[in-house]
Amino acid sequence: MEVPILKQGHYLIASIQSALTDADLSQLREALIERVGRFRARGVIVDVTALDVMDSFAVRTLRDIAHMARLRGSETVIVGIQPEVAFAMVQLGLTLKGVSTALDLEEGLAFLDRQMQLRIERGSGRIERG
Amino acid sequence: MADDLLIPIAADVDVVTARQRGRDLAAEAGFSSGDQTVIAAAISEIARNILMYAKRGEVALSLVTNGDRQGVVIVARDQGPGIRDVSRALEDGYSTSGGLGLGLPGARRLMDDFDVSSSVGKGTTVTMKKWRRMNA
Repeated sequence: MEVPILKQGHYLIASIQSALTDADLSQLREALIERVGRFRARGVIVDVTALDVMDSFAVRTLRDIAHMARLRGSETVIVGIQPEVAFAMVQLGLTLKGVSTALDLEEGLAFLDRQMQLRIERGSGRIERG
Repeated sequence: MADDLLIPIAADVDVVTARQRGRDLAAEAGFSSGDQTVIAAAISEIARNILMYAKRGEVALSLVTNGDRQGVVIVARDQGPGIRDVSRALEDGYSTSGGLGLGLPGARRLMDDFDVSSSVGKGTTVTMKKWRRMNA
């Protein structure tokens, strides 16, 4: 099942709707990384609210997405990890080290906005005018 | 055990089916949603191990009662290459697949009982259980 990816301003939002197979997750990774370039996105949000379980493959794929997107100049934030999912992840020893997370979509957008502001202040972002 | 649910594992979609069935069974048996998630995550790791190492196999799900405890029993069987050194395969960070090495040790941490029997060239059987106290 393909994950819809919406473009909102400078951000891409991938909203996972249902359980995903390993192939679906890999497909999401490829699609997001390609679209970061196509839409010149500065931020990526992956909304995992609908995921009722995250195993090692899912976590590794999310980490890969964040790291690959960063290499392409885009910040990623994972939003919506459910409490039970977080519990099971910790028990499994799965971490999202080096990956930003936020409570929900709203917090994720606010996080990216702050990141973009920081980039502009530091003068290191890809800034377009006009 | 006539109530055994048997899920063949031969493709990644079967991993999803197995963990969803496991969650449903745990929910029916009255496990908390936290435990349901833990059980589903453990099944996911174990079923993926089957795909990775043996290509195909099966996951059997059932319920058992022991005194005032009820348990979900998950048996994952394959006729794959087997595990040469089971105790090493249960160590954190040990993996022959180049993966994260979380499969067996991770699943073991999630479950209450965990047993692996394997013989090289014949296959592997993982049996794991999660218990809950019945209040009735």
